[in-house]
Amino acid sequence: MSSGGAREQILARVRRALADVPRAERPDDAPVPRDYLAVHGQRSHAASVDLLARNLTDYRARVHRTEAAGLPALLSRLLSERGARRVVVPPGLPRHWLVGAPVETVPDSAPAALTPHELDAMDSVVTGCALAIAETGTVVLDGDPDQGRRSITLVPDHHLCVVRTADQVVDSVPQALARLEPARPSTWISGPSATSDIELERVEGVHGPRTLEVILVAGDPRSASAPPLGVPPLDVRS
Amino acid sequence: MSGRQDRQTTPDATPGTKPDTMTRPPGEPRGHSPGGTYLGMPAFPQAAALSTRDGRLRANLRHATHTIRAKRAQAVAELDDWDRLRRAGAAVKDRTLRHLDHYLLQLEESVTRAGGTVHWAADAAEANRIVTGLVRATGETEVVKVKSMATQEIGLNEALAGAGIRAYETDLAELIVQLGGDLPSHILVPAIHRNRGEIRDIFREHMARWGRPAPEGLGDRPADLAEAARLHLREKFLRAKVAVSGANFMVAESGTLVVVESEGNGRMCLTLPETLISVVGIEKTVPSWRDLEVFLQLLPRSSTAERMNPYTSMWTGTSGDGPRSFHLVLLDNGRTDTLADQVGRQALRCIRCSACLNVCPVYERAGGHAYGSPYPGPIGAILTPQLRGMASPLEESLPYASSLCGACFEVCPVAIDIPEVLVHLRERVVEGGPATLRGTRTVIKPARKHTAERAVIRATGWTLDHPGVLRHGQRLLSRTRRLHPRRLPGPGRAWTDTRELPTVPAEPFRDWWARARGDTA
Ligand code: SF4
Repeated sequence: MSSGGAREQILARVRRALADVPRAERPDDAPVPRDYLAVHGQRSHAASVDLLARNLTDYRARVHRTEAAGLPALLSRLLSERGARRVVVPPGLPRHWLVGAPVETVPDSAPAALTPHELDAMDSVVTGCALAIAETGTVVLDGDPDQGRRSITLVPDHHLCVVRTADQVVDSVPQALARLEPARPSTWISGPSATSDIELERVEGVHGPRTLEVILVAGDPRSASAPPLGVPPLDVRS
Repeated sequence: MSGRQDRQTTPDATPGTKPDTMTRPPGEPRGHSPGGTYLGMPAFPQAAALSTRDGRLRANLRHATHTIRAKRAQAVAELDDWDRLRRAGAAVKDRTLRHLDHYLLQLEESVTRAGGTVHWAADAAEANRIVTGLVRATGETEVVKVKSMATQEIGLNEALAGAGIRAYETDLAELIVQLGGDLPSHILVPAIHRNRGEIRDIFREHMARWGRPAPEGLGDRPADLAEAARLHLREKFLRAKVAVSGANFMVAESGTLVVVESEGNGRMCLTLPETLISVVGIEKTVPSWRDLEVFLQLLPRSSTAERMNPYTSMWTGTSGDGPRSFHLVLLDNGRTDTLADQVGRQALRCIRCSACLNVCPVYERAGGHAYGSPYPGPIGAILTPQLRGMASPLEESLPYASSLCGACFEVCPVAIDIPEVLVHLRERVVEGGPATLRGTRTVIKPARKHTAERAVIRATGWTLDHPGVLRHGQRLLSRTRRLHPRRLPGPGRAWTDTRELPTVPAEPFRDWWARARGDTA
């Protein structure tokens, strides 16, 4: 689109408005003190994981903990307790995670990406995450294959998010940003969707998933020792 | 919590179903012109006098502001380095503003490189023309919107309606405001002037005309009302092809835009449609990705008093995940005029957290509508007169919509010295002087002395309820002026010189406030 006139006009107005800024001053010359803290408080890794769990719970996410080996059973239990029948999975979700879960898994991957209406017919979604922030009780998704497109964790009403405590938990917001890649779309999630728009009374769940379950997994759940035979492949990497 | 767990699709959500009234949406805000002026809006004193007499509005506002205020204090107290974060936030914004041309060009390059298209709009009319043209080019006649103050400022919904395009607000409070044919009254909770019974009535009466009707027998429990909004809007999200958003931050170095929200309507708008149009004020730029570490700590705690808001979305151009086409409209509309004022330009640091509203005694009694623009409260009192110029009695009266108590400055996460700017603008009203209007240097004529101020005081009943508070506020101003060395030397003096400024003992603002009010707010 054109609007070239407006571009030059706005830039000229900006420059006139800044006549008081010395010509020799470079952008980086304007000082920014960064003496704020990189982390709030000293704590062990285990304490950081505990803090993450506390803060997630405080904002009404449901938090579960398990060893890597127990993950499939836990997912299976949570999905059946929920009564979920159709579960959308991102293309890179380790296939053994949902082995034995009494659900139909529906992969969402490039050529056959689900439409918004199809996503709306899903009961749950299971994903990994990029990282989690202990101080704020946040999980961050950045579109890696085990997390998938942004809309799959948005439209279904129930999101199960798996966090590897060994290497995905950071303490603070500065640490999180340093590990993320700006070019990738990211979604920061701190508890289920909420509103306080009506007389400031907090209501969970307006448009995003009304139930967020975060599973903190110790150990490495990515490789299963031996997935049972006869399991239909979930993993349709594009 | 809502008891609803089943997830049927809405029976009437036929894609392509058009509402029956295309050109004049029901509930179009009264008298809101494309220029962003609330037409026929009385100057602050008259409007404030009306709200002040509305007991229920005042009670709602008081409850809301005091609740959020207390929670915010708690959330802020959790971080030992709050003052340092605040200094860094102010410094990042100042760096951006001092070199805004540089950063805007860098931003344009980054967004373009990432597959987005950048447009520039000098004023509201130009922005509206650009957005209308972009929507028309898609062939669509409806758009979903995520709450954006910039698009309220330019009157985008009305401009789109004039072109036969329906804009659906999707933030719950904005939906309430839109269905009710109303205007927002608070930055964070725009429908705070409505209580649950009114909201139920608005939903029952108006939802059907906009799409899916309110459920049979809808009650007034907030969970049920939120559920009604979920159902009503879901059909719109699922079929939407075009979305319009604002942004909280734009990162010049990477071209990343950031939207901070709670409900998930933002995520819906930012991910499901094919075309995304973001209208963002040029001052929302920050230089680097790393700078977000400051603002993502400052904003949620100041705004909703949370450690982190439920959802934050970040995207860079087009990435194959989400809209295939992304347009960024960079909006001036008075911002460069504001930038030209060396005292007033700090208002452009504002990250729209609304903390200053919640501590403002004048806002609490006047209500948001009295400020006559989408920007209510202390920030509105300094931003509106600068964005629009002293165009009418409304803008001239706004700098007086304050007791100068200093509470707004104390809570502001980017340390905008609102009292300093208020005094500066009062001097502008009283003494006249040079200003920049639409990029042109002009000289403003002086208004009649202090009439605006007296009118505000009378209207809000301020001195009747709180004798002495106004005087104390002015004393405090004199004190903080001495404590802050970079305080303006000249401007403002003319105004303060006409008043007695006795010294006051140095005490923390909060103590003073509690004492002066005689209660513990
Ligand atoms: S002026 Fe400061 S406190 Fe007020 S809304 Fe803006 S950033 Fe928040």
